Amino acid sequence: MKHFRNALAILLTATLLAVALCACTGDKPPASASPDGSPETSNSEPTPGGEVTVGIAQDLEDSLDPHNMEAAGTREVLFNVFEGLVKPTSDGTLIPAVASDYSIENDGATFVFTLRDNVLFHNGTAVTVGDVVYSLERCMGKDRSEPLVSAFAAVKSVEATDDKTVVVNLNSPSPEFLADLTVAIIPQDYDSANPVGTGPFRFASHTPLESVVLEKFDGYWGTPAYLDKVTFQIIGNADTIAMSLESGALDICPHITTTQSAGLSDNFYVMEGTMNLVQAVYLNNAVAPLDQLEVRQALSHAIDRDAIMLVTGDGRGTAIGSSMYPAFQKYFMPELSDYYDYNPEKAKQMLTEAGYPDGFDLTITVPDYSQHIDTAQVVAEQFKAIGVNVAIQQVDMNTWLEDVYNNRNYETTIIGFDAKTLTARAMLERFSSSASTDNINISNFSNAEYDETLAAAMRATDDETQIALYKRCEEILTEQAANLYIQDLCDLVAMRSNLGGYTYYPLYAIDMSKVYYTG
Amino acid sequence: MRYWVKKIFLLLITLFAVSLLVFLAFQIIPGDPATRMLGTSATPERLEALREELGLNRPVLVRYGDWLWNFLHGDAGTSYTYSTPVSALLRDKIPVTLTLSAITFLLVLVISFPLGLLLAQREDTLLDRILTPVNQVIMSIPPFFTGILFCYVFGIMLKLFAPGNYVSFQADPLGHFIYLFFAALAIALPKSAMTIKMLRGSIAAEMEQDYIRTAYARGNTRYGALRRHALRNAIVPIITFLAMTLADIIAGSIVVEQVFSIPGLGRLLLSSISGRDYPVVQAIVVFIAFLVVATNFIADIINQRIDPRLRLS
Repeated sequence: MKHFRNALAILLTATLLAVALCACTGDKPPASASPDGSPETSNSEPTPGGEVTVGIAQDLEDSLDPHNMEAAGTREVLFNVFEGLVKPTSDGTLIPAVASDYSIENDGATFVFTLRDNVLFHNGTAVTVGDVVYSLERCMGKDRSEPLVSAFAAVKSVEATDDKTVVVNLNSPSPEFLADLTVAIIPQDYDSANPVGTGPFRFASHTPLESVVLEKFDGYWGTPAYLDKVTFQIIGNADTIAMSLESGALDICPHITTTQSAGLSDNFYVMEGTMNLVQAVYLNNAVAPLDQLEVRQALSHAIDRDAIMLVTGDGRGTAIGSSMYPAFQKYFMPELSDYYDYNPEKAKQMLTEAGYPDGFDLTITVPDYSQHIDTAQVVAEQFKAIGVNVAIQQVDMNTWLEDVYNNRNYETTIIGFDAKTLTARAMLERFSSSASTDNINISNFSNAEYDETLAAAMRATDDETQIALYKRCEEILTEQAANLYIQDLCDLVAMRSNLGGYTYYPLYAIDMSKVYYTG
Repeated sequence: MRYWVKKIFLLLITLFAVSLLVFLAFQIIPGDPATRMLGTSATPERLEALREELGLNRPVLVRYGDWLWNFLHGDAGTSYTYSTPVSALLRDKIPVTLTLSAITFLLVLVISFPLGLLLAQREDTLLDRILTPVNQVIMSIPPFFTGILFCYVFGIMLKLFAPGNYVSFQADPLGHFIYLFFAALAIALPKSAMTIKMLRGSIAAEMEQDYIRTAYARGNTRYGALRRHALRNAIVPIITFLAMTLADIIAGSIVVEQVFSIPGLGRLLLSSISGRDYPVVQAIVVFIAFLVVATNFIADIINQRIDPRLRLS
């Protein structure tokens, strides 16, 4: 295994080198990447029809069960196939989908949904209240020991009051729970070998390690998709993405690196958005010397975000100072990224005061994602400047999940956390010390004020109070230097120049229903 | 007869040992299908529940015994990642890798035999002195590197195929072979170079033997002595080497399949290892081990046909 990984590492380095060489020999001018992407062509009229191939980095996992999807790469593809009672728009608001209307009652303990007329599943049958109740009860884990979707532990009951109305009762008020009702509505006889949803595209086929094919669903209740067919092609080797685009094998490729985008020809334009995740050096607050506030604060002063962003995205990306990313406009606090200025001198002094005049040794355990590895290397250099000697330990994702995430047998790690639903809770509840018993508090962070504020925020029924309380949570994380928050990584999307309509969402989604060919 | 029984017994022991080792290796590396499936929403309770559901909580040897029992009954299990039977997954991937390996092996033969014989015949001539160092260089170029170069040169510049856009046999048989050809060539080049070196060296050694002097004395030309006398003796180690090469080719295809995005056994193996999809990994490793043992077995038989002395042992 070790050999294997070493061989892979060598392979990757060498292929990168080769691609760099190829990029040098090509005399093509760099792609015209205006900051916001959209070239002149995207103003032309959308033409319905056509097929596109989209490159994705990983195969779909989790047996195509929409309630069991953990991998972001699976969620962003199946966003096109499944819909919930409500669904998010690109600006982050929730609009009715399978439901046509909803009301929130009892301070947010009861949600009443009216089903939309004539919503069809991809198999042609109409959605009934029975299907909705089945789907939601499935998430609650009715016939299992644990809820299938953990947020559904908050649900007391789901009932259909007539053939158009479904009522969801929670154990305690939580208006935010609406965002969790974006979970897929599926038919009662759901068979994951043949996924059926209500989205603008229907699932056509999945060939492991090759592709996932979606076809336009003609019976869609809402604005129909422009494209007839979308093939998500699984890319075996990230270093051949540029070649696959140029050769015509791919039309769209999300999440490309700046190096890949710089090598593209005039046949493509590159759009720029953000990944919607919080990339940070997560600290194990339970191990010495990271259990000392002064040490964590000293490390915060030693981090130069601009230098990191220069490496990970050629200067692109958004600096963040707490566990919230910019797409959460209501909650995001840009000022927190200035809370600790970059000041190695001060950092060194603080370390001396904390009892570490000669620094200490630190291990960063980092999963094998190039952006996190690059970040680890820059951070290691920056820590070295204040006398902290860093060893970078690279592990594969499953090792990371077991050792770092589940067993918390680590000192520091670099990863990005995203939100599965559009709630501030999704980004913040991870750090409550009661959640640590739930094993999601990766930092072992424990702070009484934080726990209280978070609990109050989750209970709050009016928006303003809730926003203020969540913001206070963000501030506590920053003040306590729970982790070294870095950035929301930039997300570059390569588009063939006769395609338009790609839309960024505040969470992981590749919405193909809005993509079209221009004239 | 006893010889055959012994060989087949050895084959079974090898496969058994390989499958047990792989199974145990997975106990040592961290993570299991449950950690992968639950990702960052894992809680101890959910992990426990899922492990119970998947049967991962049972002792290692019980699980291995279970796997072995089912495998011997023709059931390779179900993939944790794809929830489909392993046999159905492999059925799609095996022909791809076997075709790739077959094309590679043919290329090795076609390239190395004429060139090897030519160099042996022209030993110490100008041609030999030029080609031998070139051969040495080609030998040391790793296939993934030539793979990337081929993608760029034959794919992007000459547009002979579209890198990354794998063509299945069902969709377009000719396009399929063209696509696989360049991947095969990338693996075949260093292997051919090694075979050429072996062939040249082996023949050169035989040409020093006394029986060659006798052959010359009987009026043979250098070409005749080489073809009729030296080659037959020189070929025995080459055949053993080629059998090893065939195993190497299958291993080499794992890397090259990544470069060319070919959905064969290699890519499935890599993704199954990182996804901790034990049943798939077990099946692929046992299959590859079977191929390796089987090719060596075939090489033995061919060698015995060529060299009667080997039949006695």
